[in-house]
Amino acid sequence: MPAALRDSLLAGLVAAALALPMLGVRLVDSATGLSLAGRFDLVAWAAGLVFGGRLLLRLIPPLPAMPVLPAGFGNLRPAAGWAMAAFAVLLPFLPFADRNVVDKATLVLIYIMLGWGLNIVVGLAGLLDLGFVAFYAVGAYSYALLSQSFGLSFWVCLPLAGVLSASFGLLLGFPVLRLRGDYIAIVTMGLGEIVRVILQNWQELTGGPNGISGIERPSLFGLSFKAVPPEGQRSFAEFFGLDYSGDHRVIFLYFLILILALATNLFTLRIRRLPVGRAWEALREDEIACRSLGINPTTVKLSAFGIGAMFAGFAGSFFATRQGFISPESFTFMESAVILAIVVLGGMGSQIGIVLAALLLVGLPEWFRELQQYRMLAFGGAMVLIMLWKPAGLLSHREPTIRLDGQP
Amino acid sequence: MTPSLLDVEHLTMRFGGLFAVNDLSFTAGNGEITAVIGPNGAGKTTLFNCITGFYKPQEGRIALNHPDGRMALERLDDHAIARRAGVARTFQNIRLFPRMSVLENLIVAQHTRLMRASMFSLAGLLGLRRYRRAEAAAVERARHWLDRTALTRFADDEAGSLPYGHQRRLEIARAMCTEPRLLCLDEPAAGLNPRESAELNRLLLDIRADEGIGLLLIEHDMSVVMGISDRVVVLDYGKKIAEGTPAEVRGDPAVIRAYLGEPDEAETG
Amino acid sequence: MEYFLQQLINGLTLGAIYGLIALGYTMVYGILGMINFAHGTIYMLGAFISLIGYLAATTVGGAPVTLALLLALFATMAFTALWGWTIERVAYRPLRKAPRLAPLISAIGVSIILQNFAALAQGTRAKPLPPVIRGGFTLINSDDFPVSLSWMQIIVFVMTVTLMAGFTWMITRTSLGRAQRATEQDMKMAALLGIDVDRVVSATFVIGAALAGVAGLMVTLYYGVIDFYIGFLAGIKAFTAAVLGGIGSLPGAMLGGLLIGLIEAFWSAYFSIEYKDVATFGILVLVLVFRPTGLLGRPDVEKI
Repeated sequence: MPAALRDSLLAGLVAAALALPMLGVRLVDSATGLSLAGRFDLVAWAAGLVFGGRLLLRLIPPLPAMPVLPAGFGNLRPAAGWAMAAFAVLLPFLPFADRNVVDKATLVLIYIMLGWGLNIVVGLAGLLDLGFVAFYAVGAYSYALLSQSFGLSFWVCLPLAGVLSASFGLLLGFPVLRLRGDYIAIVTMGLGEIVRVILQNWQELTGGPNGISGIERPSLFGLSFKAVPPEGQRSFAEFFGLDYSGDHRVIFLYFLILILALATNLFTLRIRRLPVGRAWEALREDEIACRSLGINPTTVKLSAFGIGAMFAGFAGSFFATRQGFISPESFTFMESAVILAIVVLGGMGSQIGIVLAALLLVGLPEWFRELQQYRMLAFGGAMVLIMLWKPAGLLSHREPTIRLDGQP
Repeated sequence: MTPSLLDVEHLTMRFGGLFAVNDLSFTAGNGEITAVIGPNGAGKTTLFNCITGFYKPQEGRIALNHPDGRMALERLDDHAIARRAGVARTFQNIRLFPRMSVLENLIVAQHTRLMRASMFSLAGLLGLRRYRRAEAAAVERARHWLDRTALTRFADDEAGSLPYGHQRRLEIARAMCTEPRLLCLDEPAAGLNPRESAELNRLLLDIRADEGIGLLLIEHDMSVVMGISDRVVVLDYGKKIAEGTPAEVRGDPAVIRAYLGEPDEAETG
Repeated sequence: MEYFLQQLINGLTLGAIYGLIALGYTMVYGILGMINFAHGTIYMLGAFISLIGYLAATTVGGAPVTLALLLALFATMAFTALWGWTIERVAYRPLRKAPRLAPLISAIGVSIILQNFAALAQGTRAKPLPPVIRGGFTLINSDDFPVSLSWMQIIVFVMTVTLMAGFTWMITRTSLGRAQRATEQDMKMAALLGIDVDRVVSATFVIGAALAGVAGLMVTLYYGVIDFYIGFLAGIKAFTAAVLGGIGSLPGAMLGGLLIGLIEAFWSAYFSIEYKDVATFGILVLVLVFRPTGLLGRPDVEKI
C-alpha cells in the first residue's frame, strides 16, 4: 500500500515536471512579440490525474488476462464475417442510418479496404511499408487526371488506376525489396514523402497544393446521380421513378466502396490458400528458409508489394470520385501511419481484426468531430494503449490455410 | 564406385583475412552418405553455405552432376540452387516457419511445382481443376513424408509448438518435399536424445536406400557419423586433413591430432 | 565561389543540428534495434521548451541575454531528458519482448500524441522569436556576394563540437559508456554479466533526448520561428542521416547529419528549393540500395 502510494506520487511528480513548461506556460502572441501566460492550474490537473490514475491501476487487481476467446472461436469466424457483411449491406436501410451515418461508414470502409490492401504487404508478407499512401495517391491522381484529360468514365479508370498503382509499386519495389526489414520501412517512408512533394510541386500536372477539383462523379450503368443529368444521360432518380435526392449518391458510393472492399477481402482470403499467398507468409516467417526451398524472395515480395499497391490504387480512385477534389494534403505520412496502425492493431494478418481496428481508430474518432483538436490525441493514445494491452494485435490467432483431412 | 554427384574443387572462402575454407576438394556420391566432420570452427557450416549458395566463395568450383547437365553451383543464386539443381538443406539452428502449420511447412516446400501447376496462382484464383489436382498431389507428398517422419498426427499444429526433436524431423521432411538430388544436413542429431538419434539414423538410411539421392552431413555425434556414413571428410582450419571410410578415418593420426591436440599439448587441449 | 562558400557554411550549420538529432536515433537503434519514431517530436518539444525558458528568463526573471540562454539550455536539456525517460518507461519498455512491430507502432502513437499535445497546449500558429544573437563576421568582402559567418553559426558549431567531444568521452571512458557498448553488442550477455540493462536503456534515451533538446534550442535561435510540426520532417531527415552514416555508428550519425545538411543547402541553392526533400530522400534510397550498411557502418555477414 505505501509502495503503491509512493509510486503514484512519483508518477504524479514526473507528470507535473513534464507538464510544467509545455502546459503550464503558454506562448501568447502580443503586439510586442511573444509573451508568456501561466496556467499552473493545468499542471496541477495533469499531476493529479496521473497520480489518481496510477494509484487506481496499482490498487485494482489486473484485469483477467483479456477476453480469452473460446477455443472454438476459429470456427465462429466465418460466421462473424458473414454477419458483419450482412450488417454492412443492410446498414443504409436501417432506421438510424441517415446521410451522415452512411457517409461516415463510407469513410470507415475506405480505411478497411486500405487496411486489407496493406495487410497483404505487412500482415502476410511481413514487409513493413510506411509509404503505402503513395499508391493511394497514385490511384487518386490517376483517376482524376485520366478522367479530366481524356474524359474516361470512372469504370474505365478504376482498373487503369489499379494497374498504374501496381506498376508503380513494382517499379519502386524493385530496388527497395532487397533491403532488410527496418530499412524497407524507412525507404518506403522516404518514397511516400517524395511522391507527396512531387504532387505538391508539379504544378502543370497535379495542380500543386491546390490539387484537382471538379472530378467526375461515378454513374451506375450510365445513370447519373446529378439533379440535372448531363446531356445524353438519364438520372438514377428518373429511371427508377424516384424523386431526386442527394442521398441516392451517398448510398451508391457506400455500396461501391463496400463492393470494392469485399472484393479485396475475398481476393485475400483466396490467395492466402494459393502458393503465392503461402509463400508470402513463409517469407514473413523466415526468408532464409524460403531461399533454401527454391523460393525467389524478390519476386514473391514484389508480387505482394504490387498487389497491395493495386488495391490502394482502387481505393484511391474511389476516394477521388467520392470527394470530387484531391490535393496532396490527403496523402501525408499520417495517412500511411493510420493505415499501418489499423493493420498492426488488428492483429497482423487478421481480416476481421482490421475491421475492428478501423472502426476503433477511424470510426470512433469520427463521432467526436466536434472535438477535432482532441481527436488525434485520442488516436495516438489508442495506438499506444492497444499495443501495450495486446502487443500482437486485437485478433492474433491464425488458422492454417489447409488441413490434412479436408479443407479448413 | 558410384558416379559422383557433387564435385568440390579448390574451394576457398575468406572472411576478411580469415580462411574459413581453404583450397578444399572432395566429392560426394549418388546414393551415398558423405559426412563432413571436424572440430568447432573447422569451416563445415561455411562449406555448406557455399554449396547451397548462401555464401559466394572467392575461389574454386562446386559442380553438381544433374540429369540436365553439369551445374556450376558457385554461379547460381541460393534459391536457384535449390530450385534448379535440386539441393535441399536443413539448418544448424532449425529454421521452420514457426507460425504456420506443419502441413503448411511441407506445402510451401513444394512452392515451385505448385506455382507451375497453378500458372503463378492464376489457375488457383479461378479455382481451376488443374490447380486442385496439383494441390491434392502436394498434400499426398506431404502426407508421405509426415508418415515417414512420424509427424502425421501433428499435421495441423503450429510448427513452432512442436518439441525440438520433432522440429528437426520436420525440417528434414520439408527438405525432402522439394524432391532434392542432394540433401545437406547441418548437424541433424544435435540436441536429440539417444532414441531420437537412433531413429534419425534409420530415417537417413531409408532415404538413401529408397530415394537414391546423395546425402551430405555435418555431424558432431560420432555414433551417427560412424554408424551410417559411407565416406567421411575431415576438416580442420578449413583444410581437408583426411578422407575415407569411417574405419580409415578413425585410425588416421592426423584426425586424432586435430581432435585431441598435439601430443605435447594434450593436457591443455 | 563566394556563393558556394556561403552555402557550405549554411549547410554545415544545418547539418550539425541534424547530426545532434541523429545521435539519438542511432544510439537507440544500436541498443534496441528499434526506430524511435518519437525522437523527432522530442526535438520539437525541445524547441518549444527553450523558447519558453528563454522568454521566462528574460521577460519574467529579467536576466541578461547570456544568462537567459544558459538557463534555457539547461532547462531544455533537463526537461527533454525527462520526456525521453518517461516515453521509454511508459511506451517502449513494456514492449521490449513484444513482436517487432509493436514498439514501432507505439512510437508512432507517441509522436502523434506529443505533436497534438504541443498543438493543443501552445496553439497551431508558428511562434516567432526576434533574433537574439546578432552579428557576425564577413569572411570575404566580395562586391557581388559577401560571405558571412554569423555568431549564431559559430555557436552552433562550438556547441556541437563540445557536445560531440563530451559524448565521445562518455562512451569511450566512463563505465556507463562501457555498459552501453556492451549492451549494444549483446543485451542478454550484458545482463548476464551484471549490467543493469534497464538503466543503460534509460540512460540512452535520456542522453539522446537531451541532445535533441539542444538541437531544438539551436533551431529556435537560428531560424527564429518554430511550430508544432517541425519535429516530423527534421526527425525523418535525422534518421536519414543516421542511416546514411551507418546506423549504430556514432561518428557516422554526425557525418551523415553534415552530409544531409550540405545536400539540402546545395540542392536548394543550385537546383530547386521545392525539391530539396526529394534530394534528401533520394540520397537515402540510393545509399541503402548500394551500400546498405551506410558510410561508416560495419558490413554484417548474414548469419545462417
